[in-house]
Amino acid sequence: MAGQTLYDKLWNAHEVTKRDDGSSLIYIDRHLLHEVTSPQAFEGLELANRAPWRLSANIASPDHNVPTVTTERSQGVSGIKDEVSRLQVVTLDDNCAKFNIAEFTINDARQGILHVVGPEQGLVLPGMTVVCGDSHTATHGALGCLAHGIGTSEVEHVLATQCLIQKKMKNMQIRVNGKLGAGVTAKDVVLAIIARIGTAGGTGYAIEFAGQVFEEMSMEGRMTVCNMAIEAGARVGMVAVDDITIDYVKGRRYAPTPEQWDAAEAYWSTLYSDADAVFDTVIELDGNEIAPQVSWGTSPEMVVDITESVPTPDQAADDTQKEGWMRAYTYMGLEAGQKITDIQLDRIFIGSCTNSRIEDLRDAAAVIKGRKVAESVKEAIVVAGSGQVKLQAEKEGLDQVFTEAGFEWREPGCSMCLAMNADKLLPQEHCASTSNRNFEGRQGNGGRTHLVSPAMAAAAAIAGHFVDVRTF
Amino acid sequence: MQAYNIQTGIVCPLDRSNVDTDQIIPKQFLKSIKRTGFGVNLFDEWRYLDEGFPGQDASKRPINPDFVLNQPRYQDATILLTRKNFGCGSSREHAPWALSEYGFRTVIAPSFADIFYNNCFKNGMLPIVLDEAIVDTLMKAVVAEEGYTLTADLEAQVVITPTGERYPFEIDAFRKHCLLNGLDDIGLTLQQSDAIKAYEETMQQKTPWIFNPVHA
Ligand code: SF4
Repeated sequence: MAGQTLYDKLWNAHEVTKRDDGSSLIYIDRHLLHEVTSPQAFEGLELANRAPWRLSANIASPDHNVPTVTTERSQGVSGIKDEVSRLQVVTLDDNCAKFNIAEFTINDARQGILHVVGPEQGLVLPGMTVVCGDSHTATHGALGCLAHGIGTSEVEHVLATQCLIQKKMKNMQIRVNGKLGAGVTAKDVVLAIIARIGTAGGTGYAIEFAGQVFEEMSMEGRMTVCNMAIEAGARVGMVAVDDITIDYVKGRRYAPTPEQWDAAEAYWSTLYSDADAVFDTVIELDGNEIAPQVSWGTSPEMVVDITESVPTPDQAADDTQKEGWMRAYTYMGLEAGQKITDIQLDRIFIGSCTNSRIEDLRDAAAVIKGRKVAESVKEAIVVAGSGQVKLQAEKEGLDQVFTEAGFEWREPGCSMCLAMNADKLLPQEHCASTSNRNFEGRQGNGGRTHLVSPAMAAAAAIAGHFVDVRTF
Repeated sequence: MQAYNIQTGIVCPLDRSNVDTDQIIPKQFLKSIKRTGFGVNLFDEWRYLDEGFPGQDASKRPINPDFVLNQPRYQDATILLTRKNFGCGSSREHAPWALSEYGFRTVIAPSFADIFYNNCFKNGMLPIVLDEAIVDTLMKAVVAEEGYTLTADLEAQVVITPTGERYPFEIDAFRKHCLLNGLDDIGLTLQQSDAIKAYEETMQQKTPWIFNPVHA
């Protein structure tokens, strides 16, 4: 019998029962809740007179709607100007109080984007099944977890039963061999992968990222890559557990107790794909060849190297792609063939669950140090992913580096990643953003998003247009 | 989910075809964080003379006396009788939420839109399909007689009139089972409670740290 993949192992370890229709009941170890997708689930629970199955599985924090400007934020929930946003945050607080669910509230030092907070607090541990009413839950696969997003009705299902009805996906392995060049980061790796396989390339698969590049990558970097698995169409992205994973978990607030630790470590050390495991699809990239990436269009697969130009219609693989490109040129206000380095930027956003961890801020600060944001840039903001990241960065003096350069240093939250709070692009504004989606209107109606790494966003802020951070 | 077995109630005749979900509950009410609170805005554009928006005090709004729901004789109605293709339009689950909160757990029509039909079962409601001719007969009977009631018996799959006529209806066996027993997806999974508990016991031994308490 062939060996098992990491996904097979995680799946088997959580299968409660097989159902007649070919699906399985899968046990959920950790459930993350935020204010946007949980209210109707809590209400459903209440209407049906049900209690959460296992309270200790759940942890909540408001992230999507919270204001990031310090003056607003310091007033707590009542400082949220938008009524609908405020109501959602208040409702989360109320529901957590009512059902006795642990919550890091708006001004708790541990509050933040759930996909940053979970691993950082040790609430997400290797080998867990992790779900959240948010598609970027794939992030947690970086720790060797089976993690994916769910809808509101499933949020209710997990609250009530601690399980989900699931069908098993296919296995895909993406190997990135070799070594990354200086100035090339995890974000560039994942953008290069999406450029290669397309936004539907991973549909129906659980992706495992493997190869030397991932073996040498930090946990922060692995989270950045797994975070964007969904942009490649896969609900699940994972990296095998190794010493880097275990070192990362050690000492975190909710990590196993000292008495539990050895058994945990022993179990976690089994969480990798067996040498003879069979994948349905294997894709290989050469890490040495990956350059800093910039998205030019309105889909995360519309990505090129910084040294390249906006592609011309004749380069399209087929008519559908060509049509998509034509719409994107118009929406983005770009000419086919225009050099990427000629794209002028109005705003810079360093943040989101993709790139708002301490390593991301360090990368950006290293580029910025002693320089000034270009006059032509209207606004440059840094939004730490969590209160902990913010504190750590302040300890290291990174906030000084940013503010001296002309960046605004904001309070943690999703912020301009999806513009549910007041942080938005105006129509036609170009933004160098470290987030994960460049869909039309994602960062504000008519806004034009370019996805890049923190270092590339930082360099673009200084130059006022995209530049190759390797020669900057 | 609330089980559905047998319901006897006053019938409200909504003599229109193709009532869409936007008419059942207009889109401005979808911004809510709740799945309750839609009852007062059921058929909002027909029920009230002013324009509805979320958060209004409905008791202060001018009501449309001509709309059937507002007629005193139908105040206590619990069964909605209507014409073909009821519930067409968007997939919003707010439509059954609004109907059921208002008090209609039974809707009788010659046909329903697919998604609406499905959504009814998820919310403990019974949509009953009867022949166009039967619906027509019932529509006339309801209008002719104040306080006209019908009985919907799910177990027996039959609608019974006050004079004892019985109109059988079809329903998928699995849906019937779920509705009779108040089982939604969650209810079905909870039937596996023992398996879930057994799994948890095993894992408590194998990976006890998963079950550590979490306090904020
Ligand atoms: S940062 Fe963006 S992608 Fe991540 S959870 Fe928040 S809104 Fe979603």
